[in-house]
Amino acid sequence: MTTSPSPTPAVRLTAIEKRFGAVRANRGASLEVRPGEIHALVGENGAGKSTLMKILSGAMPCDGGTIEVGGRDVTGWTTAEAIASGVGMVHQHFMLVPTLTVAENVVLGREPVSVGTFDRARAVREVEQLSEQSGLIVPADRLVADLSVGEAQRVEILKTLYRGARILLLDEPTAVLSPPEVAELWKVLRRVRDGGATIVLITHKLDEVMSVTEQVTVMRQGETVARFATRDTTPEGIAHAMVGRAVDLSVREGRSVGREAGGAPALEVRDLVVRGARVDRAVNGVSFTVAPGEILGIAGVEGNGQTELLEAIAGLRPVAGGRVLLGGADVTTLDVRARGDAGLSHIPEDRHRRGLILEYSIADNLILGQQHHFQRRGVLDGAAIAANAATQIAAYDIRPTDAALPAQALSGGNQQKIVIAREMARPFTALLAAQPTRGVDVGAIEFIHEELRKARDAGKAILLVSAELREVLTLADRVAVMYGGRFVTVLPRREANEEVLGPYMTGAKREDAA
Amino acid sequence: MNARLRVVLEEAVLPPLVALAVAFVAGDLLILIYGQAPGAVWRALLEGTWGNAYGFGQVLYKATTLTCTGLAVAMSLRAGLFNIGAEGQLAAGGFGAAVAGLALPAGTPWVIAVPLCTLAACVAGGAVGAVPGVLRARFGAHEVIVTIMSNFIVLALLNYIVSAKLHVPETLHTPEMHAGQVARLSGVIAGFHGSAANWTLLIVAAACALAWWYLFRTRAGYELRAVGLQPDAAEYAGVRVGRTWRNALTLSGALAGLGGINFVLGYKGYYEDGFAGGAGFLGIAVALVGRNHPLGVLLAALFFATLSQGGLAINAMVPKQIVEVLQGIVIIAVATSVPEVRRVLRNAAGKLAGGRA
Repeated sequence: MTTSPSPTPAVRLTAIEKRFGAVRANRGASLEVRPGEIHALVGENGAGKSTLMKILSGAMPCDGGTIEVGGRDVTGWTTAEAIASGVGMVHQHFMLVPTLTVAENVVLGREPVSVGTFDRARAVREVEQLSEQSGLIVPADRLVADLSVGEAQRVEILKTLYRGARILLLDEPTAVLSPPEVAELWKVLRRVRDGGATIVLITHKLDEVMSVTEQVTVMRQGETVARFATRDTTPEGIAHAMVGRAVDLSVREGRSVGREAGGAPALEVRDLVVRGARVDRAVNGVSFTVAPGEILGIAGVEGNGQTELLEAIAGLRPVAGGRVLLGGADVTTLDVRARGDAGLSHIPEDRHRRGLILEYSIADNLILGQQHHFQRRGVLDGAAIAANAATQIAAYDIRPTDAALPAQALSGGNQQKIVIAREMARPFTALLAAQPTRGVDVGAIEFIHEELRKARDAGKAILLVSAELREVLTLADRVAVMYGGRFVTVLPRREANEEVLGPYMTGAKREDAA
Repeated sequence: MNARLRVVLEEAVLPPLVALAVAFVAGDLLILIYGQAPGAVWRALLEGTWGNAYGFGQVLYKATTLTCTGLAVAMSLRAGLFNIGAEGQLAAGGFGAAVAGLALPAGTPWVIAVPLCTLAACVAGGAVGAVPGVLRARFGAHEVIVTIMSNFIVLALLNYIVSAKLHVPETLHTPEMHAGQVARLSGVIAGFHGSAANWTLLIVAAACALAWWYLFRTRAGYELRAVGLQPDAAEYAGVRVGRTWRNALTLSGALAGLGGINFVLGYKGYYEDGFAGGAGFLGIAVALVGRNHPLGVLLAALFFATLSQGGLAINAMVPKQIVEVLQGIVIIAVATSVPEVRRVLRNAAGKLAGGRA
């Protein structure tokens, strides 16, 4: 790694060490960010990016190494000290009070005061001023609860700027944004940077790195393994550094096997209505079919009913109306286990909450949901469980290969491989794949996509939900866009692209979809 | 294999040992405050418990009940629930065993009477445990509140039944059972003479092994632990979470109730009001120190029984309440500080290894 001594870097992290139990999240990680640049910190999930940024922002102490900001040694500082010195982190999950207005949220903790009381007018004035300066357009008087996700994120960034941050750390800021909102964010970040701020962008999306950053630092397994000037490198070069080997990044056209005329759909949903936790109808009358040998991809910004839709199909959420048919048979009244046995596989969107029991061994996780098939008169069949584990670990290249290790000892990609192996290796006719590659490294993404294609080619029906539009476009034979609990359009793959789908995803455009 | 062994050592074995060390140091200080020599007091404690057959017998006797209540709490915690009702369930179990022994005709052979009385103890305890289980599964009523309250209800109810309907005049205990009594160990090994240790400890040891087998070798145990670790994942795996909660609390109550046979079948031959005497609550400590593992529970029960019996042995030197203070320290140490201590130790070990390399 090269380190240029001049000028004084805005941030210099040297040989940072951080352990969590037996896991070394950072091992001698180093990072140097020059003033006034947008610097990407990339790496697979679990590479230690967020940990490194939390150490920089004072949210957690490091076990070794030094932190310098503006040439000053600040190792071991607290969040309060970091904010006072102009280092602010914009978290992936918004930390806003929904019942307060935008202006109130922005000034929270540093409220302007006159005669001992909160000076609301001044707060609004200051926020509007800052909003204009930075180009972060927000409605200062609106309640945060009424904002769109993109607006809420702008408030979050504004909050950090209001505290005087000159070094902004952004943790995967585009995860919840639609394409137009992403473009808007880049515009704002460039403007903030031109105003003299320094920005560190945590991401795993290589197109973002290429389009908006000047420098890239790549992390792998807790180490900073490479540093490039963005214009001197390629996505393939970065991916190579992230994974440690060459990776094929080409977007392959979905090869539709085609829905045979008159062929019965493997999965059919009719007029499905599902109540949500906050909204009355999280899924509001959705109907569709998925044919054998077809991938139906659902695109859309997260939180538009995709989670509720898939959980209702899987039997995890009660249905308020409508029917679910599997291979022509009505399964609406069956429970989770019966639906599974009827031929429904499910890769859940959150492997930590649903898909795995992290404390359980790899072998035990490989039978989760099928434990009733690995028993004799109530007693677990240890030999069958071990044989199953050996087969799946080999077939799906799960590492490490010790089946007795707890799942929490594995990387995100390998944890996801456990889920994929389990759900693909059993007999099924339809597969629900929710965010199948979320938080897994580039190499595993490639592998998982290949598995999904293989299953499709073997005649399985796959319902894919992904927050990554690129993933939907890569895999799907047909693309549906979900907005506000409805399918607002369904298009064949060849008619779908980011420009066409964007307006549907933001709700700007809708049509009645079958 | 090596890594796995290290995890077991660090997660399961080290915390209780560290807690013991902390308690030991705290005990030293307390003893010094009382102007006694710690060495002499510890020696007296050990001699009064593991040092002679009577003391050891008493330790075994106390550990038998504590194993049951510890298993009860551990079983509930494995399902993600906290059963604070072992005290009432233990009393109910003892009462159930005594009533069964009274109902049987005199002269019933022990091979029939003992299993029946044991079953009655489990059923009575299980019935008390099932109530919070059903309330949790059906209405979401928090099991901690319900089990705490069930203690008052059960103990008051038993007190009423015994004092109003079933007592031997001038006492607060039931008449002696007609059948189902279990012999004391002293019948075989003379040295145990006078101690309450009895053969029900074999039944309890078997229950301990059975609990391990249930938790780690059966599908129901796999599902129960899944519910305790990650209810959403268990639901995804087709497990009925509410039903599992109900079963776990019922089983928990049955294990606590089983403890009743130690006093009723093995020691007195009748139910006596107040015999549980805190053993139910101490079961929480046993489960915590035993890390919710049946083998750990067994060892922790022996440890707490030793402390309890040892308190009597050192009473002449220091107030016996000192062991209650030690119990509290062990519990607090295991429950809170241990992960911190563990991290400090690991870092120190890392530095040591790094320095050598």
